[in-house]
Amino acid sequence: MAMTATAEHAGRPAPQRGTLSPEPYRVTGRRLEGADVVTLALEPHHGRPPTFAHGQFNMLTAFGVGEIAISISSAPGAPGPIEHSVRDVGAVTHALCRTPIGATVGVRGPFGTHWDVDDIEEGADVVMVVGGIGLAPLRGALRDLVDRRRSGGGRVFVLAGMRSPDQILFAEDLEEWRRSGAHVAVTVDVGAPGWQGPVGVVTSLLPDTPFDPTHCAAFACGPEIMMRFAARALVDRGVDPRQIRVSLERNMQCGVGLCGHCQLGPLLVCRDGPVVPYGGVADRLFMERQR
Amino acid sequence: MDVGDIAVLEREDLDMLIAALRSMGFRTIGPVVRDGAIVHGAVSGAHDLPAGWHDHQEPGCYRLEQDESPELFGWAVGPASWKSEFFAPEETVWRASITAQQVTLSEPDDAAGPVAIIGARPCEVSALAVLDRVLMGGAHPDDRYAARRDGAFVVAVECGAPASTCFCTSMGTGPSARGAFDLALTELVEGGHRFHVQVGSEAGAAVMARVPHRAITESDRSARQDVLEDAETRMGRSLDTADLPGLLARNLEHPRWEEVAKRCLSCGNCTLVCPTCFCSDVSDVSDVSGTVERQRRWASCFDLDHSYLHGGPVRLTTASRYRQWLTHKLSTWWDQFDESGCVGCGRCLTWCPVGIDLTEEAAAIRAADGAVATGERRAS
Repeated sequence: MAMTATAEHAGRPAPQRGTLSPEPYRVTGRRLEGADVVTLALEPHHGRPPTFAHGQFNMLTAFGVGEIAISISSAPGAPGPIEHSVRDVGAVTHALCRTPIGATVGVRGPFGTHWDVDDIEEGADVVMVVGGIGLAPLRGALRDLVDRRRSGGGRVFVLAGMRSPDQILFAEDLEEWRRSGAHVAVTVDVGAPGWQGPVGVVTSLLPDTPFDPTHCAAFACGPEIMMRFAARALVDRGVDPRQIRVSLERNMQCGVGLCGHCQLGPLLVCRDGPVVPYGGVADRLFMERQR
Repeated sequence: MDVGDIAVLEREDLDMLIAALRSMGFRTIGPVVRDGAIVHGAVSGAHDLPAGWHDHQEPGCYRLEQDESPELFGWAVGPASWKSEFFAPEETVWRASITAQQVTLSEPDDAAGPVAIIGARPCEVSALAVLDRVLMGGAHPDDRYAARRDGAFVVAVECGAPASTCFCTSMGTGPSARGAFDLALTELVEGGHRFHVQVGSEAGAAVMARVPHRAITESDRSARQDVLEDAETRMGRSLDTADLPGLLARNLEHPRWEEVAKRCLSCGNCTLVCPTCFCSDVSDVSDVSGTVERQRRWASCFDLDHSYLHGGPVRLTTASRYRQWLTHKLSTWWDQFDESGCVGCGRCLTWCPVGIDLTEEAAAIRAADGAVATGERRAS
């Protein structure tokens, strides 16, 4: 509806970058995390990166190829560039993984809901169940929680499922968290000579994990079927479904609730997720086929 | 005149209304006959409007006929909805020139200028409000859509000619004007060709100040009542909206989804003609000079790629895609945006090549609430 009587006044607001236009960021570091995962360190051409929260994502553009949603894998407030860990699975991720230091990528964000780690009850155990690259969106939260818990309070349990011993992502981080007092267990889908650890799905680690199900917060991130079984196993152990958080994934082309692709039943995953409670939200959606 | 005031515009002064809008800098777009359908085009005067044209609509059927009647708005809705004026079917959202060290980004200007849309039906005014909430009501508005909407002028025309596919009365969106219009006309033919005019905004009042009009009489009022009451009785379809969101939400494994999938071609026509469907794809197009454009175009949830994730699409079957579309319109739109995504315009019935009727599908599910397809089990 027209706000003014004459069209001359009915103009656009003061010029600013559009919702769908990325900011240019420079790649200031890149680190291979396994056979096909690269962690990119990014700094804006101008100014500082906007503040973000654990588990939020950015839309990353490989100019000339396309744009995709990638979770931030560094911790908010940490000094230095922000990090994103990208698995090379499609055209855009392939281009991002090959981006050299000094090159420019586009960044929009941060978007979405976050792991509400600040709401974890004092003294409660924290259980993280992750599958492969699913560790990336929890990496920043884990860093903060391990730091925080070192000074007392509840314990931190990290249960990670990886493909194979030579593809254990963030192996240095896992080692560091273990040294810092976290309970870290890694299982692999397929073993290899010299592998002494368990072989099997990540949920098989749960029975041997001595957390207190009546006083804990749990976070699961990985393939949907992994999260479904992990959440159910946690509930079977006595964890309150409302104390479990999962991170959902759907096709995203805008990240801001405009493109419609990431619908999952009642949710626009980019806007209402990616992090959602299991109890009352994801539990139902995980049961509904092809949504 | 002030907001809320009512007057009468004689048919011969309709040109003055269009001229006033044009003199104020608006592009005037209205209904025109093209390619055998009533679509939108530039309108420089009342002579461009579809006099005597009537549409005949059934599921999977649309025909235009012309008679001697002087009526300009004697039809329901055509295949084109007004969303395309504000939400471009295809557009460049940014352009970047790229060198080894520099990326320079620019956003193409919207050179077309503000638009006045003439002849939006009440259901279409409601549809624009639905789109507004989706595309500019959240934390990250679509600035291109918002700029076009904020500058636009809406001349609604109340509906006196619903089609057999229409069900606006069920959705509460018509046939009388409601919501955000600048002016709302009602075409009155009996007893002298004229228009009942309601002023819906300051901008509408400013336009009427430039257009000859007269005071309303009792016979004008009752003539409008007759038009609207007649329209309600001629409404071709109805949709029972009682607990409709809940009904669909609890029937996701209903056998009807498989049944409709046997007829549905998954062509996406319904999403193209729907005035509220808002999905879009983006793609990056580059050339050898180092220029990259990000282009956005309308998308459809009937496309297999719409739900693509690494590993493949989530909604593999036609049944799951039809279910997504219907449950989004009538059920999960409420969860996402606190209102219905359907305004009852009936376009998806008419323009479905196999004539699938949304009201019939919803009714079939209601008739067997709780039925579960044989052999289907919820994933466990």
